[in-house]
Amino acid sequence: MLRNIARTAQNSVRLGHRLSRAGTRSFARTAAVLSEAPLNSLDAFTDEEQMLRESVARFAQDVIAPKVREMDEAEMMEPELIKALFEQGLMGIETSIDHGGAGSSFMSAIIAIEELAKVDPSVSVMCDVHNTLVNTVIRTYGTQEQQDKWLPQLAESKLGSFCLSEPASGSDAFALQTRAVKDGDYWVLNGSKMWITNSYEAEVFLIFANVDPSKGYKGITCFIATKDMGIQIAKKEQKLGIRASSTCLISLDDLRVPAENIIGGEGKGYKIAIECLNEGRIGIAAQMLGLAQGAFDKAVPYTYQRTQFGQPVGTFQGLAFQQARAAMEIEAARLLTYNAARRKEEGKPFAREAAMAKLYASEVAQRVSGAAIEWAGGVGFTRETGIEKYWRDSKIGAIYEGTSNIQLQTIAKLIQKQYS
Amino acid sequence: MRPSAARLLNILVPIKRHWCRTVDYAVKIRVNPDQKGIDLSVKHSMNPFDEIAVEEAVRLRERLKDTVKSIKVVTIGPPKASETLRTALAMGADAGIHVEVPESAPAPEPLGVAKALRAVIQREKEGVDLVIMGKQAIDDDAGQTGQILAGLMDWAQATFASKVEVDVGKKQANVTREIDGGLQELQCRLPLIVTTDLRCRRLLMWCTEPRYASLPNIMKAKKKPIEKLTPADLQVDLTPRLETIKVAEPPKRLGGGKVENVDQLIAKLKEAGITAVAP
Repeated sequence: MLRNIARTAQNSVRLGHRLSRAGTRSFARTAAVLSEAPLNSLDAFTDEEQMLRESVARFAQDVIAPKVREMDEAEMMEPELIKALFEQGLMGIETSIDHGGAGSSFMSAIIAIEELAKVDPSVSVMCDVHNTLVNTVIRTYGTQEQQDKWLPQLAESKLGSFCLSEPASGSDAFALQTRAVKDGDYWVLNGSKMWITNSYEAEVFLIFANVDPSKGYKGITCFIATKDMGIQIAKKEQKLGIRASSTCLISLDDLRVPAENIIGGEGKGYKIAIECLNEGRIGIAAQMLGLAQGAFDKAVPYTYQRTQFGQPVGTFQGLAFQQARAAMEIEAARLLTYNAARRKEEGKPFAREAAMAKLYASEVAQRVSGAAIEWAGGVGFTRETGIEKYWRDSKIGAIYEGTSNIQLQTIAKLIQKQYS
Repeated sequence: MRPSAARLLNILVPIKRHWCRTVDYAVKIRVNPDQKGIDLSVKHSMNPFDEIAVEEAVRLRERLKDTVKSIKVVTIGPPKASETLRTALAMGADAGIHVEVPESAPAPEPLGVAKALRAVIQREKEGVDLVIMGKQAIDDDAGQTGQILAGLMDWAQATFASKVEVDVGKKQANVTREIDGGLQELQCRLPLIVTTDLRCRRLLMWCTEPRYASLPNIMKAKKKPIEKLTPADLQVDLTPRLETIKVAEPPKRLGGGKVENVDQLIAKLKEAGITAVAP
């Protein structure tokens, strides 16, 4: 009897995956199926998700790890590495197979982002932005023609970038000033976009511009443009962390974009940005989670090799207690992240969970990576071992894709709505 | 059993699943308290040399294209071993064969494995032209199965291969072997058993090797068939013929010493009883 339920549940889980893979927002399954759903721990993964995790972990160890320090010091992503990510199918994770993607689940993307971050958070964020922001927007809001045109390119070889922030608008995203003016079959875009991840190497850009400032945020529209239309890199930022990930100020100077390149319709940019940034938050949570685990995994074995006063430093209770606390926090961040991801897959509301996951994971990443440096002592402070890099990389977690204060604001508003 | 008639290649890759020697810091191989075996509660995965064999088969297909008709992987193991087959399918194999033994069964020995593989080959309707397998499994380091299988099948064998070139039309293969003296090149007639050595794996830093199963391939692997068999189906008896008397860790490494010059080195070696030292 139980086995029958399990089998039906397995099928319904697969159905759920198929629904979310179809790219349309999956709505809650019927009540009958839900009541038969198995109650799994958050460590339950499909065979494919498990295989993906192992494959990405190995790939990251063998192919990415040797280049991490070099890329960080040079503040440059290796072009060959970007190509390798495409070849591994990691740049079209949720994109349908017809469009050249892997046709896999949101959770698979989260797993890939997490495993990459354990080795290099810079590579992880590149994969995250490309999948959870760029691919998702086109898959969710693009017309069939737009999907047919852009998704294959983005799955196969062209890196994408998401351009919302400006010098004068970050948290206050919808105060953006980039203007789009109609000119026949084209829109002419003018303005600057700042803090744009991937922009140095990207060829495809999602640009948010206002077509009618008199309408306020309701004029914001999402355009898809290519580098060769005339997008200029005005400045590449020199950062504290995730240095290999390119972050640039880009200039849009009379950029002519065909009218057919509007995604989701005029004035829909606000809605698109809000909805996809919710998912993006889970992606960043996964990146921070992987970062914390990576720092932990690098520092803890060292504490069992380094001996002082006749014993491995890791066996001193003070240090062991710190490690226990760190492990607990990482686990909590993990569960927040995985649960938010599964809720999204199940079509449940997840804004609150996503905000909590991102906020908490970024804080845990800071704390654990900082502690990891101290556990390794002087060796942790030198750049050679790569432990300090995690700490530098973690700082951005509290800032991008919604600052920690914005996350708190989101959660507070939801509490207010619920309790008042 | 006859090799395939047309000018096409059917490849069989036997793989072994055992405890995993990973980069995972938490995994340390420990000898059991009874000193009869290893603590098997650690993570299991594919024998690294067998991974190289799967990669080599997939790479052969990249080179020979449609002349490689099929790549099948086969394993003898408990139910969980099917995960390892799935990994091989994700790396590019077409189909799997799982000779299932109970979880509690003792690990099969090379002779038993070779007999089972012989039965598998003889069952294959399309025939098998090339068997590529790891030179040894890193749990027992026996390094015998390939050679025994060649003997049982009365087929040519090319072991410790670092390079395999196949001419399907001429039904022959040129295999470069790693030997103590250097490299040996053999020209062999198909059907052939090849066992792969380390250098068969090309270490190209940016090349995405089959070993990193790409996500699309992982998704495709789900649909590839795995045939389940038992040793009884193959009429093979896998009862062990060997008894393990003792398993112990190697003695802890003692400190070394430094010498000033070659003469001192020779003197020290002679002291240590190593007599085969040229004056």
